[in-house]
Amino acid sequence: MGTTASQLGKESLSEYQELTFLTKQEILLAHKRFTELLNKDEKDLSNARVSMERILTLPELKSNPFRKRICHVFSTSDQKDGSLTFEDFLDLLSAFSDSATLEIKSHYAFRIFDFDDDGTLDSADLEKLVNCLTGETDDTRLTSDEMRQLISNILEESDIDKDGTVNLSEFQHVISRSPDFVSSFKIVL
Amino acid sequence: MEQSASFRVYISEMDSDYENLGEADPDQESLFQYNGKPVSSTQSPENLQVYVGREYSDISSTSSDLTSDESFDVESISSLQRHNWPTVSLKVLSSLPSRIAGQNSTAVNSLGSQLQQRQTSSHHSSQPPRRLQVGFSQDPVDNTNSEENKTEQFASSLRGLSLSEGMHKLRAMPLSLRDKMEIRQRVFSDVAKSGLLSRNIPYYNTHCMCISRIWRHCSFRCLPILSSLHLWHSTIKRLSGRFGTGVLSYFLFLRTLLCFNLLLFIIIGLFVVLPQASRPPPLYDSHLNSFSALDLLTGTGYLSQSMMFYGHYTNSNSVFCHNAGSIPGESADLPACDIDRPQIVSYSIPAAYLFTIAITFFIISVILVYSISKSFGRSFHVLKSNGNLAVKVFSTWDFKLSKKAAVKFQSEKISMQLKELLSELIREEHQKSCMQHLRHLIVHLLSWIACLTCIVLGTTGVYYLSEATIKQDLGGPTQLLLLSAVVSGVNLLLPGLFNLCAWAEKYDSPSYHVYVSIFRNLLLKSSIIGVLCYCWLMRIVVEPQDHGLKCWETSVGQELYRLLLMDFIFTVLYTFMGEYLWRLYSKKVLKRDRKPVFDIARNVLELIYGQTLTWLGVLFAPMLPVVQIIKLIVLFYMKKSSLMLNCQASKKPWRASHMTTLFISLLCFPSFVSAAMSITYTIWSIKPSEGCGPFRNLTTMFQSGKLFAQELKKSHRIPPWLIWVYNSLVANPLFLFAICGVFLLVIYFHTQVVDGQKKIISRLEKQIENEGKDKKFLITQLQAICEETGVAKMVKRPH
Repeated sequence: MGTTASQLGKESLSEYQELTFLTKQEILLAHKRFTELLNKDEKDLSNARVSMERILTLPELKSNPFRKRICHVFSTSDQKDGSLTFEDFLDLLSAFSDSATLEIKSHYAFRIFDFDDDGTLDSADLEKLVNCLTGETDDTRLTSDEMRQLISNILEESDIDKDGTVNLSEFQHVISRSPDFVSSFKIVL
Repeated sequence: MEQSASFRVYISEMDSDYENLGEADPDQESLFQYNGKPVSSTQSPENLQVYVGREYSDISSTSSDLTSDESFDVESISSLQRHNWPTVSLKVLSSLPSRIAGQNSTAVNSLGSQLQQRQTSSHHSSQPPRRLQVGFSQDPVDNTNSEENKTEQFASSLRGLSLSEGMHKLRAMPLSLRDKMEIRQRVFSDVAKSGLLSRNIPYYNTHCMCISRIWRHCSFRCLPILSSLHLWHSTIKRLSGRFGTGVLSYFLFLRTLLCFNLLLFIIIGLFVVLPQASRPPPLYDSHLNSFSALDLLTGTGYLSQSMMFYGHYTNSNSVFCHNAGSIPGESADLPACDIDRPQIVSYSIPAAYLFTIAITFFIISVILVYSISKSFGRSFHVLKSNGNLAVKVFSTWDFKLSKKAAVKFQSEKISMQLKELLSELIREEHQKSCMQHLRHLIVHLLSWIACLTCIVLGTTGVYYLSEATIKQDLGGPTQLLLLSAVVSGVNLLLPGLFNLCAWAEKYDSPSYHVYVSIFRNLLLKSSIIGVLCYCWLMRIVVEPQDHGLKCWETSVGQELYRLLLMDFIFTVLYTFMGEYLWRLYSKKVLKRDRKPVFDIARNVLELIYGQTLTWLGVLFAPMLPVVQIIKLIVLFYMKKSSLMLNCQASKKPWRASHMTTLFISLLCFPSFVSAAMSITYTIWSIKPSEGCGPFRNLTTMFQSGKLFAQELKKSHRIPPWLIWVYNSLVANPLFLFAICGVFLLVIYFHTQVVDGQKKIISRLEKQIENEGKDKKFLITQLQAICEETGVAKMVKRPH
């Protein structure tokens, strides 16, 4: 795509601006933060990839329990290693930006929560999701009884077609009833 | 390769395509074309057309790892135990359109109609319309092919649209940036090229382009300025990173109030204070010229003669002549220019005073009603929220949190809330015993009695104190400060008692707890303000001379000023003593690492209380918004640092948007409405004092407006249509009734529409459930066939 990592051309800048929900300022800031993550010799490379470990050193992502999922979802790498190019990084920020639509946000939230990447939230996904939310320590974890009750309740509430899993449209249906989602599904650099 | 199977699934509709569910379309049934032979995915033939997205191609690889033995021991078909299913069924399942998360579905959904048009007309004319072809393969060749096809599909869906519309759609597609670029190049490059090459663009078009380019350039330049105008942006981000959305709502509310006060200040400053300041009246008490620090606290002395209060303003008509050489002068005593001349612009301060306050109140009410309606629309939906747990799990995580401790805290909070909700669910079965009920009832009754007595006692105390202050005719400054100090003290201490009561009551649901505490605090504050208003408007006004008051408006203004100031001082003290010292005490002496909780509801109610005082006082002290602005700014920084240093967020669930709606409604309903009502009452029917202020020598303040209108009519400066409008619309009750009737009709109509939509929604939900059953049935059928053929294969193939 003709972008060197060290410098952002005016044309690609406006192109990024057109294709994402980010403003010029945000793109420039994102670029600055991204190049800081690159090694010296990578800086002149176009489409340099930053490994997931380095991306996760960003303070905005460092302590997020979904950090690995976020990287995997936005990564276009063929190796499925969660590494991001600058464009992937912009995709990430665009989805988490202020002006992204509810549809985009809920779509990516769904994919982040879909731990096994099979396009639907089944009970295993839900269990992992709840564990991520409550943390891994023993006193905050739900007991297996509570977990079973919770998952069956979630499925009862949101699984409209009763196939035992929550698909994207069902998920978006639930999300659309929660006015807090759009304001909490945000990451600002 | 004897098992060549071509496996095609035509699925005509998205499961999520709600609108088309009602139609009885013949190709709505899912159609499986299955060519006999057993299918094993590792030997997929080349002739499959694949539309599965990038990351979903690997699903088939994972599912194909399942051993073939596993696929045969299927017993519980009906219960949809997915993990016992054979690979094929799993693959069919995972490639159902509803499962292909967004790679196609959302975009296709939103672009439905265009897609149909394009597909029938151009590339896909060979295929039946409105069908997606789904297949599986791990072949790299096929994979790239599928990518091509996918982008081609998106591209074709965008082709019919105009440039801006297309860009808008493209931006909202859940694709990676690279794909978007590719699509953009494919779709819009030819558009752009033709635009550049063809020179026969109409003249105005080039003009438009030029203007839009300049506009974009300008907006780029202005952006940093605009973003810096976003007040306290970085601070608010830091706060939200540490405490989450709940605490953030307090600060956002504070910012909203600041904006209201700025608006109030700007309008009053421009139309009342500035014209008066340009021609200052002589100070009529010369001994008040000296200024002391105590005056700043009590509002008396030098300050009482300043622009702060009502008494400073005069009833003069400033006449500005546009004639060269003439000097502006008062119309009352020295008419410097000929009144008949049309160039004369007279500025009547009483009319300005009256109309400015009326108009600012009108503007504020419009803004309030608008924001209430907006936040109601956001936080309450047509659908009843039965999906409490699902919503909680899916949308509760605050992605803004970045501090490690905050993340840990949030996890604990969520875990606690979930446990509470679940325990409620589990507890629902066993009822409480009769004795427990009785005990609960008694405790509730006692605590309510305690709270109400406290409120009544506090209010009567305030009443007698204010009576005493009025009778003793303004003693020393300490006596002046006593009343406001007592009021603020009551306001500070009683909420603590209410919290104690609430703690004893042990409410089951936390939201109920919050509502009860808000209600008690509100009752306290509104009854105190009510008593004070009664004292001012009924007692002082009736016989101002008896109390030795030259200007009762000024004294009421001073009282409000003192209350506002005292409230501020007590808040500062509370923040210091209640939060800072308490934290030190509990850390050093009690050796507990527990920080005080930041009580959002109480703090917001204090803000609302202060704002009510400001609105009440605007008539008597036009510069009161300035005091409030300073107070809010200081409060912001103080609360921020106290939060960072001393406090922790509450562990109780806090539905931020719901609570914001509640707070804005509280700001509107008791606070603003009561302030507006008492001000209207004052303007309408109370006689202003004779010795001071812009309304001296009038029977009511409203009279000045009438006089102003008469004067305008006399000098023929109002257009006749305005008089007609006033007479026939505003003064005519029939018209008002008609408007009310129309509003009621509109409301009725809307409720009917909502009812209808609810019915449709429930019907559609039922339909989706049926579709789900169909899907289940078809999948079990497929599985059965699979099994049969598998068995057949086993039989056929001799080992």
